[in-house]
Amino acid sequence: MPILEGQGVTKYFGGLAAVSNVDFHVDQGEIVGLIGPNGAGKTTLFNLISAAFPISSGEMRFKGHKLNGLKPHQICKLGVSRTFQETKVFANISVLQNVLVGAFFGTPTRVSAADAAREASQALEFVGLTAMSALPTKDLTMVNQKRTEVARALATKPELLLLDELMAGLTPAEVSEAMELVTRIRDKGITVFMVEHVMKAIIGICGRIIVLHHGEKIAEGTPQEITANKTVIEIYLGEETHAGS
Amino acid sequence: MDKATIVWVIISGLLNGSIYALIAMGLSIQYGVAKVLNLSHGEFIMVAAWLTFAFFTSFGINPLASAAITAPLFLGIGFLIHRTIFTTLRKRAPTPAAFEGNSLLVAFGLLYVVQNIALLIWGGKPRAYFWLTSGVDILGVRFALNNVIALAVAVALGVAFYVFVNRSRLGKAIRAAAQDPATAGLMGININWVLPLCFGLGALLAGIAGLLLSMCYSISTFMGIGYTVIALIVVALGGLGSIPGSFIGGFILGIVGSIVVQFESALSMVAFYALLMILLVARPKGLLGKT
Amino acid sequence: MDISKFTSKKSLLVAGLVLAILVFLATFPTYGSNSEVGIWVTILMYIILTVSWVMFSGTTGYMSLAVAAFFGIGMYTAAFLYPKSGPLLPLPAVVIMGGLVSFVFALLTGLVTLRLKGMYFAIFTFGFSVLLYHLMVYYELQIIGYRGQRLTPITNVTAFYILIIVMVLTLLAAYLIRHSRLGLAMQSIGESEDAAAHMGVNTTMVKVITFAISAFFMGAAGAALAPKWEYIDPSVAFNMFYSFMPVLMAVFGGMRELYGPVIGAAIFAYTERTLRLRFPYYYMLSFGIALILIIIYLPGGLTGLVPTLKDKLGGVIARLRKGGQSDRHANT
Repeated sequence: MPILEGQGVTKYFGGLAAVSNVDFHVDQGEIVGLIGPNGAGKTTLFNLISAAFPISSGEMRFKGHKLNGLKPHQICKLGVSRTFQETKVFANISVLQNVLVGAFFGTPTRVSAADAAREASQALEFVGLTAMSALPTKDLTMVNQKRTEVARALATKPELLLLDELMAGLTPAEVSEAMELVTRIRDKGITVFMVEHVMKAIIGICGRIIVLHHGEKIAEGTPQEITANKTVIEIYLGEETHAGS
Repeated sequence: MDKATIVWVIISGLLNGSIYALIAMGLSIQYGVAKVLNLSHGEFIMVAAWLTFAFFTSFGINPLASAAITAPLFLGIGFLIHRTIFTTLRKRAPTPAAFEGNSLLVAFGLLYVVQNIALLIWGGKPRAYFWLTSGVDILGVRFALNNVIALAVAVALGVAFYVFVNRSRLGKAIRAAAQDPATAGLMGININWVLPLCFGLGALLAGIAGLLLSMCYSISTFMGIGYTVIALIVVALGGLGSIPGSFIGGFILGIVGSIVVQFESALSMVAFYALLMILLVARPKGLLGKT
Repeated sequence: MDISKFTSKKSLLVAGLVLAILVFLATFPTYGSNSEVGIWVTILMYIILTVSWVMFSGTTGYMSLAVAAFFGIGMYTAAFLYPKSGPLLPLPAVVIMGGLVSFVFALLTGLVTLRLKGMYFAIFTFGFSVLLYHLMVYYELQIIGYRGQRLTPITNVTAFYILIIVMVLTLLAAYLIRHSRLGLAMQSIGESEDAAAHMGVNTTMVKVITFAISAFFMGAAGAALAPKWEYIDPSVAFNMFYSFMPVLMAVFGGMRELYGPVIGAAIFAYTERTLRLRFPYYYMLSFGIALILIIIYLPGGLTGLVPTLKDKLGGVIARLRKGGQSDRHANT
């Protein structure tokens, strides 16, 4: 049962097609990976889903709702939340306040201050940041700032979570922790769609992988199928495979 | 409208438009490259107008000749101001966005510094001087010779500047620095020279614009803000940071202004603003905007 | 809101201080001279303008340079409702109307311009007061036939008391907004507008509403001052100076805490009032220089120094304490 699907998704920047005629779907309860070389259009696709910028042509639907023309805050209230490739935490306020923003504004109905506080502390506990909740977010390490982003996104009570290169820059131990976190998120009932370069994570936790190259979908399948796929191997030959480092 | 009115609208529209184009291109290069939205731009115009006035009335130097002093003077002053004030600001700003916000406010302060220095020197009363006021016949309509000369100079300078930015090597370096200062630096372009240079070029254009304006109109120490607003409108119309957009936008505004003056002379600024509002709603990126 | 926040020792101290100041202000006209009350009127006016400006621009980071526009709209609203020929409404209603008209103008212009990048907004707001100036000049010259408006005069003392009430309301609004979810939304916009939008914040509406609320207080201040000045014209009402001063005062005082703008406004308002008559151009020149220097060298303003001072002071105290303890240990 697809929770998110797109047909003919295309995005032009000037004359260049960053995403070209991509059909994709994410089923409820899956962890789907989105991989491809740099510039393949992965983050662009995420930005189209979350409406960071408008789609050039094609259609996307979340739980049957057409996403075209909606604004980011509306898509969030529908149940889609995300993290960002370049961490976009609210640096000068506390970790708790970061998560509170998600708790207060991410749901379609108004929440009371007490409920929001509860949601926020639950989200913080889930990612393991309760001890640091009062600290200004800019004082946190990059790893913990990423955790803040995840907690903030979780506080919006999403049904679909878009993770954009969550593992970038993490040590192998941190990558394992992050993999475990993502699995726990899925076990909570949240579908995960993740852009990643860290192959160990993609192969380790994704049930299905979509491969983009030059804005087009060139392959799709289970981790076993993808790692054996000739085309995929070719386009990655020129690149260093980030097998977990 | 009869033929004479049409000729008048076109010629005066071109005159004002070419000066607006100069002013707007100056502001545009300051924002596009040096990332400073220079709210004190109009004050430089005003100072140049007063200097030209002073050169003429006190020393008998005619405006076109005094350009030989005014142009390098303003280039140098603009360069110095950026090299000292804005470069310091740039080094201390935590993010580019913070720099843009801070430099905007600093320019606001600069507005009052320049305006009040001018007030101390020249006072607040409007003045004028008269040079080459004999009439010239263009297509049956009489224009003052100084207006015609100003028009010619403005158009020539505008075109020259446009070509300079688009064709010359230095122009390419400037455009590279505007798009990506960090990479331009890696390519061997000395950002610490190019940014202040562009600010200086903007000041130079303001200086010439002020010189030309003083030839055609009376001047006052309070004339600056109005021209700053016009420049801002043109730059917003043409797209923030686009030199071609500012060039064309200036002429459009000039013609619009001349037309509006036919019907209601006091409403040209209102018309400009209305145009801006409409465009901001319809095409937020401006006519040729790139950001 | 958490009630325990209000009963902490620090809060009670602050509340007591505020009360003391209010009592002082309320009784001041009984022992202060008229010109001293006049100085206070200026100070109160600037406090209101500065705090309202910070309410929006301080948190969202969108530079509004339109304070003069909304201030002037309030003044002209008063000119129409409280003319010399006879007031059409009682003074409190006029002040409220001044606020409301500004509020509506801000709503409309905000809806158009706050969807765009911050630079376009700054450009638009800078020219807005110039636009209104030209519009009003046109209206006065062509439509009514004479320049300037005369109002039914009010005394310094009346203006003083009205402005105190407006100031208290402004500060209250600023405080409530800051500690409410609206304030949190605004801060998130100031930190990362993209992320805020993606977390469900309707950024346009938040900006527009806060912009309009801040304009309300600016307009109310204008409507209260116009009758005191008795005569206004476009160059007085829409003077860019009233867009410049709140910025200077806010940057000087610092925008992180609520009392920052108040301190900045008080200092510069007093300075302006005393210097303006004697050194008309020099004082403006020095204010311009002050703004430039403050932004370059002290971007956090005066109250931005407080954390630094607290750190330094805390370090000294800790060292003194440690030194004392080690002495004690040595003695036993």
